[in-house]
Amino acid sequence: TRLTGMVKSRYSTSEEETPYKDVTTYNNYYEFGTDKSDPAENAHTLRTRPWTVSVEGAVKRPRVWDIDALLKAFPVEERIYRLRCVEGWSMVIPWEGFPLASLIRQVEPTGNARYVEFTTLHDPAQMPGQRSGVLDWPYTEGLRLDEAMHPLTILAVGLYGQTLPSQNGAPIRVVVPWKYGFKSAKSIVRIRFVEQQPKTAWGRAAPSEYGFYSNVNPQVDHPRWSQARERRIGEFFKRKTEMFNGYGDQVAQLYQGMDLRKNF
Amino acid sequence: MWNALHSLSLRQTGIAKAALFVAALVPLARLVWLGINDGLGANPIEFITYATGTWTLIGLLVTLAITPLRKFSGWNWLIRLRRMLGLFAFFYACLHFTTYIWLDQFFDMQAVVKDVIKRPFITVGFLAFVLLIPLAATSTTAMMKRLGGRNWQRLHRLVYTIAVLGVVHYWWLVKKDITQPLIYALVLAALLGIRLIFKARVGIPVVMPGHKAELE
Repeated sequence: TRLTGMVKSRYSTSEEETPYKDVTTYNNYYEFGTDKSDPAENAHTLRTRPWTVSVEGAVKRPRVWDIDALLKAFPVEERIYRLRCVEGWSMVIPWEGFPLASLIRQVEPTGNARYVEFTTLHDPAQMPGQRSGVLDWPYTEGLRLDEAMHPLTILAVGLYGQTLPSQNGAPIRVVVPWKYGFKSAKSIVRIRFVEQQPKTAWGRAAPSEYGFYSNVNPQVDHPRWSQARERRIGEFFKRKTEMFNGYGDQVAQLYQGMDLRKNF
Repeated sequence: MWNALHSLSLRQTGIAKAALFVAALVPLARLVWLGINDGLGANPIEFITYATGTWTLIGLLVTLAITPLRKFSGWNWLIRLRRMLGLFAFFYACLHFTTYIWLDQFFDMQAVVKDVIKRPFITVGFLAFVLLIPLAATSTTAMMKRLGGRNWQRLHRLVYTIAVLGVVHYWWLVKKDITQPLIYALVLAALLGIRLIFKARVGIPVVMPGHKAELE
């Protein structure tokens, strides 16, 4: 389905977009298999309607949103973002979505809400990869509340002007462009506001390799490979990885005074 | 059919060898075909790196399978295929290494040296590749003779170390799902385990008399 009435955003990059085919066939989405080509092949089993997103926890107005009601409530705009995978490759993707902050304001977090936890659907019948124990299902991710409120953080519901394909996290996913891709949880069923830093799926799997922050940082290598450079999909030469994936001007102040080597 | 395989004439062995030679080139031909037809996916360099690495490992394991296979089946002609299989493993290792140096790092030697020193999975992979070089260099009959059977054999036992390093290289590079490297590790463990059992039972080196005769 073509999404209409799109608003251009000043947060968009003008860099060349990665072809639709690559964006939708080269995916890390372990719920549908661990090979890059698996999600495109297997994600057709995902049923995206009916779908609800429960917004709960330390908020004044918790609500279970029907996905279609959610789509009507918040105006969708285009955001062309760089995506940097922790594995050392990157893309430029035109997402459609709305700021997560809009939803957060609507539910009114209480003083106890310091972090936001995202939970992906857990249903091995629809997500064959969940029949293996490669990760501790369901997939969970988290952000600090100020990161979640940042205007760059969006809930995406489409890409390339189309409804989000299942292999890219349909029907709704978070996109945090200055962090490694795995921080952006897909196919979200629950958004919970909590006081303690939530456990994340990759953090549980390999705590020394995947920290809570996981900001794109060329100076802090992954224990097993360098993060100094990346291969932009479609390009031959590797390019330098930028601090905060090039979004430093907007987000660096979130981490003032923090040791980013320790808080990797 | 089964009995016919028991002893092949020189000519028949030659045919088997030629067939195997062609078969061993299929993975390379596939890569070229996919490359021409835009079939290498969104990240072609990663695809080529994985494919050549995979075929290096398979080549090593198949080479290591020759001796046990020959013992169980009694098909002594199999030994005449071993050198070629080992050289194909080396061939794919060279392609794998070249892909890394050229396509992946584009001759950024500083980055390569840093990688080899700092990243354990690259360290062991690099070591495995370096250790393969003397084996390939001494694979000719002339070199066997120059070294003498015993020395040659000692040197070529390095292949066990190389295969272990190769599997470790794969194991350490995957992000989480170790299914694939585990399969290679189990096959390798079986192939090495069989040798230990043979050694313990018979109390003689693994190389068969027929092979020795060939060396002399």
